[in-house]
Amino acid sequence: MKFTLKTTVAAAAALLASAAALADVKIGITLSLTGPASGLGIPVGNQFKLWPQTIAGEKVQLIILDDASDPGKGVTNARRFVTDEKVDMVFGGSITTVSAAVAPVAAEAKTTQISIAPVGVPPAQEPWVFRLPQGFTVMAFPIIEHMKKAGVKTVGFLGYTDAYGESWLKEFVAQGEKAGIKVVATERFARSDTSVTPQALKLVSARPDAMLVVASGSGAAMPHKTLVERGFKGRIYQTHAAATPDLVRIGGRDVEGGLVVSGPAVVAEQLADSHPSKAVAVDFVTKYEAAYGKGSRNQFAGHAYDAQIMLEKILPVALKKGKPGTPEFRAALRDAVEGMGRTIFSHGVMNWTKDDHWGYTNETGVMLKVVNGQFVVEK
Amino acid sequence: MDVTIASILALDGLTNGAIYALLALATVLVFAVTRVIFIPQGEFVAFGALTLALLQAGKVPGTVWFLLALAVAVAVQDAVRGLRHRAPPARLARQALATLAYPVAVSLLALWVAPMGLPMLAQAALSVALVTPFGSLLYRLAYESLADASVLTLLIVSVGVHFALVGLGLYFFGAEGFRNPSFWDERFSIGDLTLSGQTIIIFAASLALIVGLWLFFERSLMGKALRATAVNRLGARLMGISSSSAGRLSFTMAAFIGALSGLLIGPTTTVFYDSGFLIGLKGFVAAVFAGLASYPLALVGALGVGLLESFGSFWASAYKEVIVFSAILPVLLWRSLRDPHGEEH
Repeated sequence: MKFTLKTTVAAAAALLASAAALADVKIGITLSLTGPASGLGIPVGNQFKLWPQTIAGEKVQLIILDDASDPGKGVTNARRFVTDEKVDMVFGGSITTVSAAVAPVAAEAKTTQISIAPVGVPPAQEPWVFRLPQGFTVMAFPIIEHMKKAGVKTVGFLGYTDAYGESWLKEFVAQGEKAGIKVVATERFARSDTSVTPQALKLVSARPDAMLVVASGSGAAMPHKTLVERGFKGRIYQTHAAATPDLVRIGGRDVEGGLVVSGPAVVAEQLADSHPSKAVAVDFVTKYEAAYGKGSRNQFAGHAYDAQIMLEKILPVALKKGKPGTPEFRAALRDAVEGMGRTIFSHGVMNWTKDDHWGYTNETGVMLKVVNGQFVVEK
Repeated sequence: MDVTIASILALDGLTNGAIYALLALATVLVFAVTRVIFIPQGEFVAFGALTLALLQAGKVPGTVWFLLALAVAVAVQDAVRGLRHRAPPARLARQALATLAYPVAVSLLALWVAPMGLPMLAQAALSVALVTPFGSLLYRLAYESLADASVLTLLIVSVGVHFALVGLGLYFFGAEGFRNPSFWDERFSIGDLTLSGQTIIIFAASLALIVGLWLFFERSLMGKALRATAVNRLGARLMGISSSSAGRLSFTMAAFIGALSGLLIGPTTTVFYDSGFLIGLKGFVAAVFAGLASYPLALVGALGVGLLESFGSFWASAYKEVIVFSAILPVLLWRSLRDPHGEEH
């Protein structure tokens, strides 16, 4: 290696920067970059790589650790963040199980946790947890509305045997009941299953008007295909974790006409000009696709983009109350998130309050339909 | 439940069972010859399916780089061992050449033809050719120097190899799943039952492989040598059968069977880099049915596992895996009551 004056100056500057780093805003991020849920974690990490060095005039240092989709590892990461690194905020995990495991650690250290997965936590931890993704309540709403309009009365449920499937089932049954929509058959499967034919048979023989498939990423295609192969002719609905190009890539012709609920970010260009998120969402997809290739946009990276918008708004407020690295600053950050008010995210209008740490309103979700292998907004 | 549903379930179960049967046979083969409980058997399934998927997409599959890395690692290991024993350099060079020749050749071939979009059968053959050498290389890298260790030690190594392969699988293939196009799109209706071309291929290929294995063990000298090693390692060695080449051969066959299973299962489900583990584990359950010794019993066990899984998911889909894996308990109980023997060490 050749040492030039330039590199020496750069090295010196880096040294100085690390000395000054004590006053930087530090954020610990735990993501599932490997393991079974890495399909969701990797795009989030990609977006964090696009973050600027400074936000709202303040240097922001991101410490990204991999939790391998393992809640135990997530806890280890979180402990390292709050004890060794003394971070001001924790972001993550990118899946529900890890977020749930991180929550008690964050609450104990009185550090705000911004979860990148929908997660329910006990009341004692609730004050410190905020979620970036839309909750199940918000996302079940457009599906139920669509079903009501289409005259669907009975639904077959085919979902993951994990927390994601369970939470959807609970929410969907509750909201459906109010709308007069009944779940007549409930079947489960796992992402790694080699076949869901038996489940599909049972569901089809219950003759529901529509099916709800609860699965994520490329795992959502196989059950959809099998239902079609087993002769199901009704509408098939998919949840927001399935709103990725992988659904079409793997499902091909069989997922044609499938209905997928999603946040507005992935269909940025198709949003009406009056949609509040249009400008932000277009900005997100243009920048993300410029960095990672055409068609690489996805729901999950959008949340990391939104986290930056959040910081831009709350950092100036919190900085008035304390210096980064102090307990006062951490408490101020939390209060700033709660008092953030209506903020335009790429994923909708966020409004976290003291009593609502989910924040999104029912207008957030968008129904998409697969037409000729593309997601098209269903009007 | 009526006859139609039952027959569809049975067909589904037997189709998956046929795949499990292949893996069970491979597991029994490897255990009988080398006493290794080969947990990573399923990884070859995922590697085979994903290699074909990436070739289909016109990309160079990660398997190529993986194979080269593995071959170089084995060559280095051999060289270090050779230098320690002060072997002549000419022999070392010959040894390295023998190790590297095939992997490098097949990798170059893959690099050359990957963007050409060959017909699917040619790509399938290339996928098998890429995954098969993994068996022997893994054996030489992880197991050969431990050939005389206890079954438990070998099992622990297997667990390690499994984790390493899954992690590297994520690195080389990415986190998203792939589904391969069917080899044969035809559909046949027998009453209410639809038989897809892929199902017929699965059955035919499994049957052909089983018959092929039987002929190999009964008729060929190499097969007989493997059987001899399985019956009595020391005795076989005294008769001039090299136990390490028997080990390499059995692992090569295991990798071949795994890759082929991957090609068979690829069009029926979405395969992820880590899908192989559960598939392999079900093959292992079937092999345990057979006491890790009998091929025909392993076959019966595998079809049983397939059926149990299919009917289990129909009746109680949330407890499917519980049903399949608990089925191993009564079998173990029955086995240990029938022929009680002490722990072997």
